[in-house]
Amino acid sequence: MEMIQTPEINLSAICHILTLCVTGLLILVLDLFINDQKLLPFKIDKKLLPYVALGGVILAGISSMNDFGPAVYAFNNTIAADNFAAFFNVIFCIGTALTIMISINYMEQEDLNHSEYYALLLFATAGMMLMALAASLITVFLGLELMSISLYILAGFNRAKVESTESALKYFLLGAFATGFLLYGMALIYGATGSTNLKEIAAAIKGDTLNSATLLYLGTGLMVIGLGFKVASVPFHMWTPDVYEGAPTAITAFMSVGPKAAGFAAFFRVFLVGLGGITDHWVSLIWVIAALTMTVGNLTALAQTNIKRMLAYSSISHAGYVLVALVAANEIGSTAVLYYMLAYAFMNIGAFTVVIVLGKKGEENLNLEDYSGLASRHPLLGFTMAVFMFSLAGIPPLAGFFGKFYIFSAAIKAGYVGLAVIGLLNSVVAVFYYLRITVLIYIKDPVREFPPLSISPFTLAALVIAVIGTIQLGIFPSWILEIAQSSSLF
Amino acid sequence: MELLIFFIFGGVAVLAAFLMIISWNPVAAVLNMILVMFCLAGLFVLLNAHFIAAIQILVYAGAIMVLFMFIIMLLNLRGNEPIWKSRDKNVLLSFLGFLLAVGAFIKLFSTLKASGLNQGTQIGEDFGTTALVGKILFTDYLLPFEIASILLLVAIIGAVMLAKTKID
Repeated sequence: MEMIQTPEINLSAICHILTLCVTGLLILVLDLFINDQKLLPFKIDKKLLPYVALGGVILAGISSMNDFGPAVYAFNNTIAADNFAAFFNVIFCIGTALTIMISINYMEQEDLNHSEYYALLLFATAGMMLMALAASLITVFLGLELMSISLYILAGFNRAKVESTESALKYFLLGAFATGFLLYGMALIYGATGSTNLKEIAAAIKGDTLNSATLLYLGTGLMVIGLGFKVASVPFHMWTPDVYEGAPTAITAFMSVGPKAAGFAAFFRVFLVGLGGITDHWVSLIWVIAALTMTVGNLTALAQTNIKRMLAYSSISHAGYVLVALVAANEIGSTAVLYYMLAYAFMNIGAFTVVIVLGKKGEENLNLEDYSGLASRHPLLGFTMAVFMFSLAGIPPLAGFFGKFYIFSAAIKAGYVGLAVIGLLNSVVAVFYYLRITVLIYIKDPVREFPPLSISPFTLAALVIAVIGTIQLGIFPSWILEIAQSSSLF
Repeated sequence: MELLIFFIFGGVAVLAAFLMIISWNPVAAVLNMILVMFCLAGLFVLLNAHFIAAIQILVYAGAIMVLFMFIIMLLNLRGNEPIWKSRDKNVLLSFLGFLLAVGAFIKLFSTLKASGLNQGTQIGEDFGTTALVGKILFTDYLLPFEIASILLLVAIIGAVMLAKTKID
């Protein structure tokens, strides 16, 4: 019997993923002992589990920060632990940590405090990290599925609410369909190039050793559909508003940041590293999708009266801006995306945190009118919401402004002036609906009674971190830009 | 001997496929399809592709056919229902099916003609065997293999979370 030669196993390259998975498993196991305390030498309370999860995410974040440095290829080149992945991994950890912090109080208030929630959040984060690290189509696919399946469950976590179940079902059915497209595309690319490894795919394209160019283009098109669905770009965005509205608000905050960033990480990695040789063939397709995504997202957001739906359409339009950077396909674009996703993580989770703080069980206060006169009753909360809205609108000196600025300058530098103009016009449209909320908060009289706020310490901390992040990134962008520059794919 | 086994499996597969198309009873059609899958698995075994044969039975005859059965039972389809009979006169569907069959045959014959019957591409002796697939899974694709186990765990948690009658 022939012995199997075990490959070189470099666990340090996936240290953060391991941390997250082990913490997730630990939470599931600890949960078993809650009803049977005699079996454990120490006492454990259900309330402790979120803190275990938070600890795991912080550890994973620290280990991601240690990843900056020379790129490490591990596990037979299925993993590429470079700066690009490290930057994204830090964004994921920030997103997940903030989500856990705002969830602790929210899930208790909604009677949903199950330990599986935190375990699934960690597994989803592990999936996102895998997508950012992926150097092979197989790893992209498995990471994406790990993330998506966790999200389907999290979206339907509030089983008592019909909307939550509806959103999970919609997300699952459409998501499974999109996965089919993605997998078909991957299979065709594999058939055309003879490899699932991104570098070998690039080499096959460059060396012109393709089995069939038609299959390669078909596969590329199908992958655009699959990944376009995951980042909610038009015309694959139909699920977004319904899912964002129905899912528990903390999960909506999570979904709008981490998975979207992960989708873009995979998008950039596959299209710039793997399919960089045929840029001419896909760039016009992405151009159209980017223009449509910005325009449809912003115009539809204007008509929304529900804040969660409005933020859903706003997140669609932001996906459009990021796609502009993909079209640019240059160093500034790749840098801008890293900066933009980090800024977006702070401002969007911040905005959803305010939505959570203003809601109560059974009375979520999701109409825009419910925000009228907020500043006169709770001036600080009104101010923070205004900061997030200004930043999302892209008004200087906040983080959102610089993100947009770099993306559009990347497009202009690459010669796509038309797309940059469409993006700028869209930013102007977007100012309207973001400012409308600010106007309601500051100028209108309250239409309802504001009960005294009861913010838990962790929610407050999340809010403070989000505000500081948004302002800090806007006023002192240079140091983070330097890191982003060293992390770009070029 | 090998040729004889091939003809038995191949013949039964073609016969079962034919019965599947003409049977009026959906349940009988599905059972015939399972038979086709089994025969195909037998053909894979003849090609030394044991792993693919096992997967063929597990995935197609096992999982996918159970799904078909579920759908048929949930929809409560019966052979004598008018909606079921409406496919009788569906010209468009028949035409498309005919077109597909003709296209597939043309492609098949042109490929055979181009390569000649006896000059297949040589593949490794152990291609498709369980040993080789296992070896690749535990060397080249070790990490994806391990991630798949986490993926299945998440799916199990999801099934329990969403389907349990009461969560405590």
